[in-house]
Amino acid sequence: MRQVLKKFVGVAAVSSMLLLSACGNSGDQTSGSEGGKVEADIGVVSFLTGSGAAYGEAIQGGLKLAQEEINAKGDVKINLIFEDSAGKQDQALTAAQKLINSDNVTAIIGPTLSTEMNVVGPEADLSGVPIIGTSTTAEGIPQIGDYVFRNSIPEALAIPASMQKAVDKYDVKKVAILYGNDDVFTKSGYDTMKKTAEEMGLEVLTTETFQKGQSDYNAQLTKIKNLNPDLILASALYNEGAVIMDQARKMGIDVPFVGGNGFNSPEVINIAGKSSNGLIVATPWYSEKEDEKVQEFVTKFEEEHGHVPDQFAAQAYDALYILADALKNAGSSDRDAVKDALAKTKDFEGILGNFSFDEEGDVLMDPTVLVIEEEKFVEFK
Amino acid sequence: MLIEQLINGLTLGSIYAIVALGFTLVFGVLGIINMAHGEIFMFGAFIGVMITSTLNAPLWVAFLGAIIITAIMGYLLERFALRPLRHKQGVSHLAPLISTIGVSILLENLSHHLFGAGNHPFRTSFAEISFQIGSITIYLVQIVIFVISIVLMLVLTFWLGKTRAGKALRATAENLETASLLGVDTKKTILMTVIIASAMGGIAGILVGMAFNSVTPQMGLSMGLKGLAIIILGGMGSVRGAMLGGLILGLAETFIVVYGDSGYRDAIAFLAIIIILLIRPQGLFGQKIST
Repeated sequence: MRQVLKKFVGVAAVSSMLLLSACGNSGDQTSGSEGGKVEADIGVVSFLTGSGAAYGEAIQGGLKLAQEEINAKGDVKINLIFEDSAGKQDQALTAAQKLINSDNVTAIIGPTLSTEMNVVGPEADLSGVPIIGTSTTAEGIPQIGDYVFRNSIPEALAIPASMQKAVDKYDVKKVAILYGNDDVFTKSGYDTMKKTAEEMGLEVLTTETFQKGQSDYNAQLTKIKNLNPDLILASALYNEGAVIMDQARKMGIDVPFVGGNGFNSPEVINIAGKSSNGLIVATPWYSEKEDEKVQEFVTKFEEEHGHVPDQFAAQAYDALYILADALKNAGSSDRDAVKDALAKTKDFEGILGNFSFDEEGDVLMDPTVLVIEEEKFVEFK
Repeated sequence: MLIEQLINGLTLGSIYAIVALGFTLVFGVLGIINMAHGEIFMFGAFIGVMITSTLNAPLWVAFLGAIIITAIMGYLLERFALRPLRHKQGVSHLAPLISTIGVSILLENLSHHLFGAGNHPFRTSFAEISFQIGSITIYLVQIVIFVISIVLMLVLTFWLGKTRAGKALRATAENLETASLLGVDTKKTILMTVIIASAMGGIAGILVGMAFNSVTPQMGLSMGLKGLAIIILGGMGSVRGAMLGGLILGLAETFIVVYGDSGYRDAIAFLAIIIILLIRPQGLFGQKIST
């Protein structure tokens, strides 16, 4: 009896699979038909070469992993078309225009930098193509238009959360600020830090700047050291930030650092080693989280890339899932239908946590505050 | 605080000086600016990282490896990017410059593929050795960098001024045709110069890696531009000028941060160069030939 049942189940499974694949074949062109799967081309504009290529690598990794999983599930079939922006506004715009006009994509994921989004966003909005930023955290991005979304937590939300916790714990009165003044991302982080420091009534001892690709921060750090701050606010990307921490610790500065989103990467620990202890960041992404989905993603990503995924990979991964969800709900690859479905995204359970878009297309979720202790990110309490 | 900043400035300046020495040597002989020098310097740093971190070999092996690899790169640069353009009818005098720019772009992208885009730490116990004098921490690396830059300058000055090879080099710099008529193997001399300059770039790369614990594929570009500015400041082709120019730029950049605004760090340093050039257009030690 049991044998018969097993056989029957087997036959049923095979035949349903055949049926599904048949549907898939016929549904290719007339996407959106009842029961057939939605097929969509998604364009990706990403920072794949140049100084920020590490971000592009992570984003590409996260997207590809999500794509494999989504396509394997079979509700939605997604083709990704990657274009390189090299971190430049003009190249990002050209890439987006190519995707919108000649590749005829349903939606765009990217670009990587907020500076790029400021030129690509309006173009996509004008052409009626939904666009999701996965790493664009500067202020005012979703406000560009109805078609512009993001799933990256804005600095304006993340930085005050981490500053508040650090100030409470270490009884901070005086701070020093250090930021990269040639990047919209780190500059916007600095604006938030300055504003938050003023609101909290902290005394800002000095504000020092640096530029991308600099390798010697000793002059700025010596100055900061002699002013004896209780806390250093550093709005830096991790490549520069890790080196700053390394040089600071070598010099004998042992106060904690609070960083922005760009500072939040496991690479900081790789680069700075034990010097990275004491870095406090707020993050939408915590790779040690005890959650099945999160751990599965981490394991798969690590197998493929040899290192733990950072938030750029995680946000890209979730973004594609959110988009796949919207495609499924829209039931077609029509740009407007997808936009409407995206806007309705609510309580989406991704690897970042419980995620919703607000009415502007901005992020609604709670960041986790982390600190590096003994060369590991742990929750800051 | 002042002494600490002085040490910071001297360390940075010595590194600039070593990079600039490589520039000035090539310029002095060939009269061209080797835009690939910064990238060769970056490769030197990466070789150092690979040997010390990946292979766990001692520091002297890293130095040796970096010198050998960058010397080979210098040979290839001269052999394939510079020599074919020399004495060719209809080749613009700017051609070698453009060709070295091409090499620099090639090398930067190559390092992206070989080493990845991120920042590589330079882990060696040597970089951790430090002295504590009062509240000031001095790292042995900082002293070594200063000493190496002075030694390189002295050796170069001696070599150019007192040895046969140096004389041959100066003769080649003065006039290529005449020198070769007088029996100087100019081909070999030029090749030697480019190789030595590249190897010095490699040494500078490792020193930067150790001092700042930061090696990226982009480090070559900014260092290359600084090196260029220094030899203009110090006088094209002058060894002493490169040394002093490097120290001036390093100290200027540091003290702008101390007494001014760190945002103007690069701007003020280059402004100083413009002012010096207005007063002394040939640079501080500007002469036609290097001594």
